[in-house]
Amino acid sequence: MTTNGSVSTLPKPLWLLAELTYRCPLQCPYCSNPLDIARYQDELSTAEWVRVFREARALGAVQLGLSGGEALVRQDLEELIAAAHALGFYTNLLTSGVGMDERRIRGFKEAGLDHIQISFQASSEELNNFIAGNDSFKHKLEMARLVKHYGYPMVLCFVLHRHNTDHVEQILDLAHALQADYVELATTQYYGWAMLNRDQLFPTREQVAHAEATAHRYQEKLKGRMKTLYVVPDYYEDRPKACMKGWGAIFLTVAPDGTALPCHAAGSLPGLSFPNVRQHDLAWIWNASPDFNRFRGFEWMKEPCRTCPEQTRDFGGCRCQAYLLTGDPANADPVCSKSPHHAALQQQVQAIGETQTGAVAPLIYRNFRNSKRQMGIAAPD
Amino acid sequence: MSAPEPIISPDTVPRLSPMFRLQWEEAQGCHVLLYPEGMVKLNGPAGEILKCCDGVRSIAQIIHDLSVRFPAAPTLPDDCRQFLKTAHDNQWLRIDPA
Ligand code: SF4
Ligand code: SF4
Repeated sequence: MTTNGSVSTLPKPLWLLAELTYRCPLQCPYCSNPLDIARYQDELSTAEWVRVFREARALGAVQLGLSGGEALVRQDLEELIAAAHALGFYTNLLTSGVGMDERRIRGFKEAGLDHIQISFQASSEELNNFIAGNDSFKHKLEMARLVKHYGYPMVLCFVLHRHNTDHVEQILDLAHALQADYVELATTQYYGWAMLNRDQLFPTREQVAHAEATAHRYQEKLKGRMKTLYVVPDYYEDRPKACMKGWGAIFLTVAPDGTALPCHAAGSLPGLSFPNVRQHDLAWIWNASPDFNRFRGFEWMKEPCRTCPEQTRDFGGCRCQAYLLTGDPANADPVCSKSPHHAALQQQVQAIGETQTGAVAPLIYRNFRNSKRQMGIAAPD
Repeated sequence: MSAPEPIISPDTVPRLSPMFRLQWEEAQGCHVLLYPEGMVKLNGPAGEILKCCDGVRSIAQIIHDLSVRFPAAPTLPDDCRQFLKTAHDNQWLRIDPA
């Protein structure tokens, strides 16, 4: 925050999420990448990414997420890992496992990769492949075994939604059988493609309650062996999550083309200028750019957040959710029961829950052809 | 193996669990423990103790070495044992039977 033009204790980024590419062999309809992935094809080069890593490290970032799209598509991934490792980052590869093989897993280890997180779409082959829009389940199992074999901490991630929330028990059994150290039962975040498919993905209140109880049971049962993380979808709560631990507080995302964002979904917000690492250094972007200061701290807040004693705990919730559901990103996240939009959201959630057992529109898969369609550009065949 | 969980004794030799990485972070001004997508900040003594958990020295040796380096800290042996127990409970350490 600035007072009289002087900068007082600015936060430092801890996390750099490097979305290396939006190319991806899978087509998950819950993908939180932006709908206009087709716009980001002018990807940063190896040298440009290494410069971004160096600048982020100098600002204090220590956790690096290598993500996408599918990061494995980048053939320079080994080189990028080695550079990040040499800079002192703790390197996390967030991957679907598709495009990985033993040679690459070994190469990543030699390059200094600290952790591989494999995401699964479900616990059964049929459902996994239906959701992923491709045939990947057996390969993922094989990759999970190799990750363990090469001595990485094994973290498995399952994104939960209506089609797999009832299978939390089988999911956790599978994770345990694969000797996972951590399992992340991630709630679908309704931005990008997930928002487009929200009515088909949204779990019911009963599903959520069941999943929560099951997760707690496994947390007890496998204490000290497998850590299970589960967060209740916030649409069913009356306080929002502390999104990104605050805007411009600890997270920094760089999209494939070099656009820097305070959160990976912020590309959909109106009124941002989207600074690019090709034009600016990260120190300016983080400390001084209008985007990173836009919702930093508490000055920007409107009522009810502005005078709310809970503002230091949740920072008014998620800006993207506030925008998508109320039309103004500076409003309180409508998940909050103090928001004047809360009742309308509750009704909407209820309505989605009631219509879902009947006919369901087909899922819109995340791929470049559908992206162009969403952007209003006819897809050439 | 069905051997019971080893209890911390002066002879046990602790080492950092391979799930964690210990390093000095200039930006934080302290040692930190890094793990998948997370970080624990350590205070001065905690960082010094964990640095000694090298899989070579026993707890008795660690306490001895630290007492030599920090002679002005009378509660050091107790603090050290206390912290090692916490670290073990948090699964930051692996303990090989002596
Ligand atoms: S969510 Fe699915 S489609 Fe989106 S980047 Fe990840 S693997 Fe690819
Ligand atoms: S009013 Fe705003 S700050 Fe207060 S609890 Fe709700 S979202 Fe959080």
